Amino acid sequence: MPQVSMTVNGRKVSGEVEGRTLLVEFLRETLRLTGTHVGCDTAQCGACVVHLNGESIKSCNIFALEADGAAVTTIEGIAGKDGALSVVQAAFQTHHGLQCGFCTPGMVMTATALLKENPSPSEVEIREYLEGNICRCTGYHNIVKAIQAAAVELGSSRVAAE
Amino acid sequence: MPDGGIGASTKRREDVRFLTGKGRYTDDFNRPDQTCVWFLRSDVAHGRITRLDTSAAEEMPGVVRIFTAADFVSAGGIPAGWQIHSRDGEPMKEPKHPILADGKVRHVGDPIAAVVAETRAQARDAAEAIELEIEELPAVVDMRAALEPGAALVHDDMGTNLCFDWGFIEENRDAVDAALRAAPHVTTLELVNNRLIPNAMEPRAAIGEYDAADDQHTLYTTSQNPHVIRLLMGAFVLNIPEQKLRVVAPDVGGGFGSKIFHYAEEAFVTAAAKVVGRPVKWTSTRSEAFMSDAHGRDHVTRIELGLDTDGRFLAIRSTTLANMGAYLSTFAPSIPTYLHGTLMAGNYTTPLIYVNVRAVFTNTVPVDAYRGAGRPEATYQLERVIDKAARELGIDPIEIRRKNFVKPDQFPYQTPVAVNYDTGDYDALMDKLVEIADLAGFPARRAESAARGKLRGLGISSYIEACGIAPSNLVGQLGARAGLYEAATVRVNPTGGITVFTGSHSHGQGHETTFPQVVASMLGIDAGQIEIVHGDTGRVPFGMGTYGSRSLAVGGSAIVKATDKIIAKAKKIAAHLMEAAEADIELADGRFSVAGTDKSVAWTDVTLAAYVPHNYPLDQIEPGLEETAFYDPSNFTYPAGCYACEVELDPETGQVTVLGFAAADDFGNVVNPMIVEGQVHGGIAQGIGQSMLEAAGYDENGQLTTGSYMDYAMPRATDLPSYAVDNSCVTPCTHNPLGVKGCGEAGAIGSPPALVNAVLDALDAGGIAVTHIDMPLTPSRVWAAIQAAPRAATA
Repeated sequence: MPQVSMTVNGRKVSGEVEGRTLLVEFLRETLRLTGTHVGCDTAQCGACVVHLNGESIKSCNIFALEADGAAVTTIEGIAGKDGALSVVQAAFQTHHGLQCGFCTPGMVMTATALLKENPSPSEVEIREYLEGNICRCTGYHNIVKAIQAAAVELGSSRVAAE
Repeated sequence: MPDGGIGASTKRREDVRFLTGKGRYTDDFNRPDQTCVWFLRSDVAHGRITRLDTSAAEEMPGVVRIFTAADFVSAGGIPAGWQIHSRDGEPMKEPKHPILADGKVRHVGDPIAAVVAETRAQARDAAEAIELEIEELPAVVDMRAALEPGAALVHDDMGTNLCFDWGFIEENRDAVDAALRAAPHVTTLELVNNRLIPNAMEPRAAIGEYDAADDQHTLYTTSQNPHVIRLLMGAFVLNIPEQKLRVVAPDVGGGFGSKIFHYAEEAFVTAAAKVVGRPVKWTSTRSEAFMSDAHGRDHVTRIELGLDTDGRFLAIRSTTLANMGAYLSTFAPSIPTYLHGTLMAGNYTTPLIYVNVRAVFTNTVPVDAYRGAGRPEATYQLERVIDKAARELGIDPIEIRRKNFVKPDQFPYQTPVAVNYDTGDYDALMDKLVEIADLAGFPARRAESAARGKLRGLGISSYIEACGIAPSNLVGQLGARAGLYEAATVRVNPTGGITVFTGSHSHGQGHETTFPQVVASMLGIDAGQIEIVHGDTGRVPFGMGTYGSRSLAVGGSAIVKATDKIIAKAKKIAAHLMEAAEADIELADGRFSVAGTDKSVAWTDVTLAAYVPHNYPLDQIEPGLEETAFYDPSNFTYPAGCYACEVELDPETGQVTVLGFAAADDFGNVVNPMIVEGQVHGGIAQGIGQSMLEAAGYDENGQLTTGSYMDYAMPRATDLPSYAVDNSCVTPCTHNPLGVKGCGEAGAIGSPPALVNAVLDALDAGGIAVTHIDMPLTPSRVWAAIQAAPRAATA
């Protein structure tokens, strides 16, 4: 069986996979990083979103071997080393942007990527960016609010740092 | 009053694990030495299995064992939990629902064989090597066709596809007929309540485990009610007594009803684990979920509303065909009957009502409760026929509703459909809606849309629902095979912290945060000292689970009763510690004091004394401070609301955009406003999904044409607006200690008719006369209705 190696959340990892093993399966089953979720089989729901070399991708839609040598960040790598929630994570909690929590890792990864790409998104831009993340619980209202709040806070801490 | 008590929008503690990827959903668990199972499912809707040869598959790599129906000959079928009787007194048809298809397959997705292997991939590979031949039989998909003489029978031994023919209330049928014949005006509407697929984001999963050392079974499962699964599976399917069966439902990623029911896969992994001698794990794929999770709704209805010329409602007759699917799911018979017919009065004083429901077997996935469970079906038909009547009589849609509302001085209000509403104020809700939806500004917004060539429409709906299920003796008389009470154990620890064991089971509702708020308010201590345990029959004494907007009304009430017992005992201890009379002890802000003095002891003084009883009335009370309560409600609760939907429609394409949605709800007292608002948001989203986007599709051969998210339109952030929700109109429930009514389903109940009414209003604004469009109002359906409609001369 082929070997695959990559860096996940800053740690070098490797393991045996089949050619057909998806990246999400490698993360969940070999690395036991179960924060990344499988919610569908047509790469639409977004529960599996991770960052691959800095870009948001759906880990159900890429073979583990395609990520060989890559730097992967999963939801487990978003909070600070001391466990402090990131600005995006804290905003989701403050604004009740999650209920059952199953879509949440993917939402946080997508939202984090959005705010790097577009630090001041409009509501329309936020909703369009979330098209690849399905939530069945929240109706998206509070997810949008959380992202707007996180944008404001990241913006003001950016200003403060300048 | 401490921070974080009742009424506080406390942030949720469970969020920390969900936000950091530390949630523990069933598929996240891996048991030592586990095997994985893959189900071979039917790809035809109806047929006889003529060849099932697993020999080649058994030789495939990693295969441990392959199971078929022959392995379950002594097992019971998956049971129905509610028995309905037909109008002629006959009990409903109750065909056997085997764990694995036995001779016949009855829907696409019906499981035929189960391959247990070392890995899921190996099990799946081996399943493809099973030699399966099915002699196809004609599929019955359409309910009317299923009832035609000569139609193929889903269950040959039942002799019919009619499960039951229910009338409610039968003694009123003739009076309703007469009233409709005599009514000055009768509005009739035929409508479809479209079949939906719940699609909780977490697919179902189950892990069965057997410990031969002490003959103990454990089932991990994505369930809203582990004790119910233990009872149904243990007593009726596998013959395992409760004390030998532990059911654990860890974090559950959404349910919406679809995770209430006992499913064959749960029984399978439990039984298989003992046979195989190793844990057996199953996780559904999404495609599998589409064809094996219970579907929702699927009613075809004709409703007739008799009115006088002033628009006063005189009588209602509702006739429905309700799809059961191929087998009876756990609650299925109750959904179109007692959770639907009993709501046909709505918020109104209609004096005469008759409901007839015929439930039909078809070669489709079983249908059961889905958010609202019968109440959306009732509200939809009522609120659509009322709007149609308003249009026909030239009465404003809000005015016609107000004219018929039950008024505050009429409560408690006995409806003609058995239920008795405790309290409500529907005019106040409508007033609030007018305000939060800014209805006064609508004409200007309509003109602005028109200037851009678009049609803007406003749709109103009103709803009431019966939830907080349910009084056991009442539902028992109506055919329920279980009680619907709730249980709680409050265990006070020596150093003052508390563990609350609740039979409710949150799958997104935030109980780990909200239940402590209730206990904290009662005791005057910090909510952070209170821990909730749920979802494990090995730790929680009993419970009926979370659904039917019952967790606060019933589960919360059980917690209140148990806490009341704690307070009573604690006061005895405090009285002893302070050498005072028990009747003089007061509890406030976490301190027990003697009335009229400055003597007091802290909560922690009492809790420690209970477990270190050195200064203690041992002759009068036992050490320890732990109490259990069961709460059986005396009535349903009756949340109500008024909703407004504003849409913009492009008459060239039929595209509808939902621009705004306002909801004024009365949920009685509210414990955590932030969570309540979130529940309404989510419910509205599902209602917009039903009315605009979603439909489970079957072709004439019973093939599921919407088998994945490619074809089934799940609401996305771009489909939905922001919502204006309000729950400040409070008429507390009169019959539970918290005065709460429940809020989980309201959004999905009140929203579909508001959206449809809005679209028709938009068309009307463009001079396009359309009286009805069936849900979902996709662009092609709206466009087709526009093409078919007569135009007003001045359009």
